Amino acid sequence: MLRAVAGLRRPDKGRIACDGETWFDSAAGVDLPPEARSVGLVFQEYALFPHMSVRANIAFGGARRVDDLLERFRISHLAGERPPAISGGERQRVALARALAREPAVLLLDEPLAALDAHTRELVRAELQDLLAELPVPALLVTHDFRDASALADRIGVILDGRLRQLGTPQELIARPADAFVATFTGGNLLSGDARPLPGGGSEITLADGAVVRSDETAEGRVGVALYPWEVGVALAPPGDGLNAIPGSVHGLAPEGGRIRLRVGELAAECSPEEAQRLGLADGTRACATFTTASARLVH
Amino acid sequence: MARRAGFTAFLALCLGVALTFLALPIVALFAEVPLGDVPDLLGDPAVQEALAVTARTNAVANALILGFGTPAAYFLATRRFRGRALLVTLVELPLVLPPAVAGIGLLAAFGAGGLFGDELATSGIVLPFTEWAVVLAVTFVASPFYLRQGIAAFESVDDTLTDAARTLGASPSRTFLRVALPLAAGGLAAGWVLAFARGIGEFGATIVFAGNVRGETQTVTLAIYEQLESNFDIALAISVLLVVLSATILLSYKLLSSWRRSSSTSPSPFARTSSSSA
Repeated sequence: MLRAVAGLRRPDKGRIACDGETWFDSAAGVDLPPEARSVGLVFQEYALFPHMSVRANIAFGGARRVDDLLERFRISHLAGERPPAISGGERQRVALARALAREPAVLLLDEPLAALDAHTRELVRAELQDLLAELPVPALLVTHDFRDASALADRIGVILDGRLRQLGTPQELIARPADAFVATFTGGNLLSGDARPLPGGGSEITLADGAVVRSDETAEGRVGVALYPWEVGVALAPPGDGLNAIPGSVHGLAPEGGRIRLRVGELAAECSPEEAQRLGLADGTRACATFTTASARLVH
Repeated sequence: MARRAGFTAFLALCLGVALTFLALPIVALFAEVPLGDVPDLLGDPAVQEALAVTARTNAVANALILGFGTPAAYFLATRRFRGRALLVTLVELPLVLPPAVAGIGLLAAFGAGGLFGDELATSGIVLPFTEWAVVLAVTFVASPFYLRQGIAAFESVDDTLTDAARTLGASPSRTFLRVALPLAAGGLAAGWVLAFARGIGEFGATIVFAGNVRGETQTVTLAIYEQLESNFDIALAISVLLVVLSATILLSYKLLSSWRRSSSTSPSPFARTSSSSA
């Protein structure tokens, strides 16, 4: 998609315009070459010119602001180095500086974090977050990772098989996933079952394994039940009081960000370390995954 | 164990036979020539003229090969179109063509009564048996070496780098000059070394198309052929000179390829193409 915006790949049909200027229009026969489109494309593997110094790489896009950019990205000390000699995080900063040197109308980022190891990734993600926030230029970022997307983007478009499934803020996507794919992409569990509307509103869903859960949403027929791990708790016995409970054995306990991630049966759930200790959770413990009727979102 | 050692001994024996056979003529050259007399022998007017003809004709031929071959190789390496494979094969054909056939072909094209002979004759251009005929013969047999290696060199340039140049505002020609050309330079130079060596050693097409006229079309290899009869020592002396030149070319080719391997991160098609075209 970014290659189409940049003019490197010709879309079958449609229209691409930026700031009132049409770059591509299949109906009108408009197709500007890449150099005529004001884009700053940061390639997945950065595509720095290996035969040029860092300074020459940035100057290739535009010579006017090289010193500013070197300083802003804290890479002045690398100005004379060749790209193969610098680290992955540094390369990304050079690639960003080079893309911005052209003073583009839009910044395009192709999986900017995919080439980095897990540790550098966290650091660079935070850096990128600050940078995108202060940049006066809109940015279009492609990623396969919802965490990257929610950290970096104001709005996320979920695309599957070339079709836009949902467009919204990260919060909107989680609160109202449009379909089963968006639900799992945003980190949710997905159960499938048959829904039956209840007289007082809401519905009752019979899951594939025979368990019955309730949701506040009304639906009928085949549905998916999306459950986010942070809304799924653990109890040793079904708690009653209107909570849904699905029994299963505990496994895959792992600390994550001050909480404990675990699986109860096939559901990913979360609890506090204190609670895990109080309940004596260990691999193989029989327990119930519990969740409210409000958190059981129904998707198709 | 014994069988394995026996096999190794067999391999070593074959290597010994091959090496002896390959080295013997070179050693013999240096053993037969009166080494002290080589400078004097090379000072012979016939040798001097042959050297001058070789230098002039090869300089022009190599300029043509680089000037037309580089953009042509870039085109074939970066564009996909119907019949491309056929074109590449056509470019490579002179590599496998017997040189005498190349000479006849050039005569048939540019000679009197040939395909373009009449047109050329009426406009006052006579090519066969002139220095230009040597240039054409050398260009014909040597350019495929450069083109072939050049296509491989441009193909090994990462597409995303040329794409990046375009998105940074570079036109296709600036992208070629600033990105593709410098990145392919190592491979292009290696291809040129091969073409240059082939051009210096050219004999068959030249003698058919350009003849063996002293001071006009007689290159060093043709001079060796002529001196065989009249003065064997001169033939030996020229041969020694060419051995030294060839060894220098081979050495620079090897140095170039090891330098390319160490300086480039992308896999190089060098070993594959050099082993098949050498």
